[in-house]
Amino acid sequence: MSLSQTVRGVTFQNPTVLASGIWGITASSWRRVAANGAGGITTKSLWLAEHKGHPNPTIISTPHWTLNAVGVPDAGLEKAREEIGDYNKKKPVPLIANIIANTVDNYGKTAAEIVQLQPDFLEVNISCPNVEDEFGKPFACSVRDASAVTKAVKAVSGKIPVFIKLSPNVDDIGSIASACAEAGADGFTVINTVGPGMAIDLRSRLPILANKVGGMSGPAIKPIAVRCIADVYRATGGKFPIIGTGGIMTGEDAIEFLLAGATLIGIGTAIGYRGAEVFRMVCEEMTAWCEAEGVKSVTELTGGMHRALSSSRP
Amino acid sequence: MTCGCCHNRLPVTHRIASVKRETEQVTSFTFAVSLGAKPGQFVMVWLPGVDEVPMSIANDDGKQLQITFFAVGDTTKKLALLKKGDLVGLRGPFGTHYEWKPKQHLSLVAGGYGAAPMFFAASEAAKDQCTLTAIVGARSKEHLLYLDAFAKLKGTTVSVATDDGSQGHKGYNVELLSALLKGKKKPDQVFACGPERMLVAVSDLCHEQKVPCQISLERYMKCGYGLCGNCTVDPLGIRLCTDGPVVKNELARTITEFGKYHRDHLGKKHSL
Repeated sequence: MSLSQTVRGVTFQNPTVLASGIWGITASSWRRVAANGAGGITTKSLWLAEHKGHPNPTIISTPHWTLNAVGVPDAGLEKAREEIGDYNKKKPVPLIANIIANTVDNYGKTAAEIVQLQPDFLEVNISCPNVEDEFGKPFACSVRDASAVTKAVKAVSGKIPVFIKLSPNVDDIGSIASACAEAGADGFTVINTVGPGMAIDLRSRLPILANKVGGMSGPAIKPIAVRCIADVYRATGGKFPIIGTGGIMTGEDAIEFLLAGATLIGIGTAIGYRGAEVFRMVCEEMTAWCEAEGVKSVTELTGGMHRALSSSRP
Repeated sequence: MTCGCCHNRLPVTHRIASVKRETEQVTSFTFAVSLGAKPGQFVMVWLPGVDEVPMSIANDDGKQLQITFFAVGDTTKKLALLKKGDLVGLRGPFGTHYEWKPKQHLSLVAGGYGAAPMFFAASEAAKDQCTLTAIVGARSKEHLLYLDAFAKLKGTTVSVATDDGSQGHKGYNVELLSALLKGKKKPDQVFACGPERMLVAVSDLCHEQKVPCQISLERYMKCGYGLCGNCTVDPLGIRLCTDGPVVKNELARTITEFGKYHRDHLGKKHSL
């Protein structure tokens, strides 16, 4: 049974990838996550210059959901150079550099700098729901903005494949994906966090998160992620690789994502529920399921639901 | 799929049951709640509308929880202004804790407000018939903490060091530990909590004298339960909120940034 996936020319030993924003600040931590079985790593969002996040509390959770409003803090380009440079010297698994900016032009400038560090993919975060007070609605909420960012990044990305990270908080995620595909995107990461949501402390009667609202992740959002992946896959004709992320806890969750149309699967919040070993656990659970079902390679699963739907039509 | 491990990840506000001004800059709050914390663990302390910061737990006896803090930053300065009955959010407990066996001889090295978690360890270890030497250090007499509390514990000897010699040994508490480790009755284990330079000295000394040691390492924390990765240390990439804050000396000595630098909320390095 093979878990290996080759995506846009890059081979991942297994489809699990550390999702952006979680445990992704230093080369040491990326290697640690790889040592726990992740097939790939996504960095925390990288800014051109230093960007401050929100005060605490920034991350809170219950058994069903996690809310975060970390506010995308980053030390800027110099740190990215140091950490990615360090990682590239001894690189256990492929690295996806996630970038963010406040304007279309700055997305282009950030991408131009980061591609020089030779990540395997660029992932473009146009969908963070935690910085709306600062920057307004995410670029992922408009066909025009999403397309403009994609073009700006593709203009400077050279041979490095560009994945656009989409928001579930839109009326029609398929039309956003189609627009990005037309603008040159090489793939999609689906989805960023949901909402935003809010939690209130009863005695003080105040919102718990310092930012008041935060993006929702964790097991509760999985059905939304599955539907969004299916929408993007269908809207782009099944021709674009999708990194499916949002609420994955188990190997069976991962298989469901593949059937919806994903090629790789992002795991983030589940680290808080099942520990750092979650990557290895998910791989073992996927292998066990595939072996029991006679599936020889996970590659045959991607988009399986769409094929099952068409063959079941009279 | 859900789990029962994450009941402590939403802050809950509690009213301060009592306030004690320990020194000019150090304050203790007691809450009429137990979080089932063990010595060395920490709690995220939330001042609604301001910020949430990690703090070592000074005591949790199953009925009451106590925190002791130094008003050094914006949040702790605002916390220090609170009165009995005011609301403070607590989230935790998180992290590893000090470990001992019944009847062991333990030396506890406390620097500054590190005396608070060291007292918690001492009071719990005393219940296990451990014999204890508490070596408490501070800049000067008026900054010494928990001396009376240590002295009241069964089987506990207290020795004191101040930088200016205003009480006890003039110099560092590590000098007192050194004399103890080089003497005839070596302790079974050393526990330490305090400024990182002191921890480095304790780590070196215990390594050299081949005495097992557990130290509490502090790094910038956000989530407290291993998700954000802000407290990972080089080169291991381990998270000090889950693999720490209390680490065994063998592990501490493989952390190359120990005693050298730490990272801020942006992940940027700062020399110690």
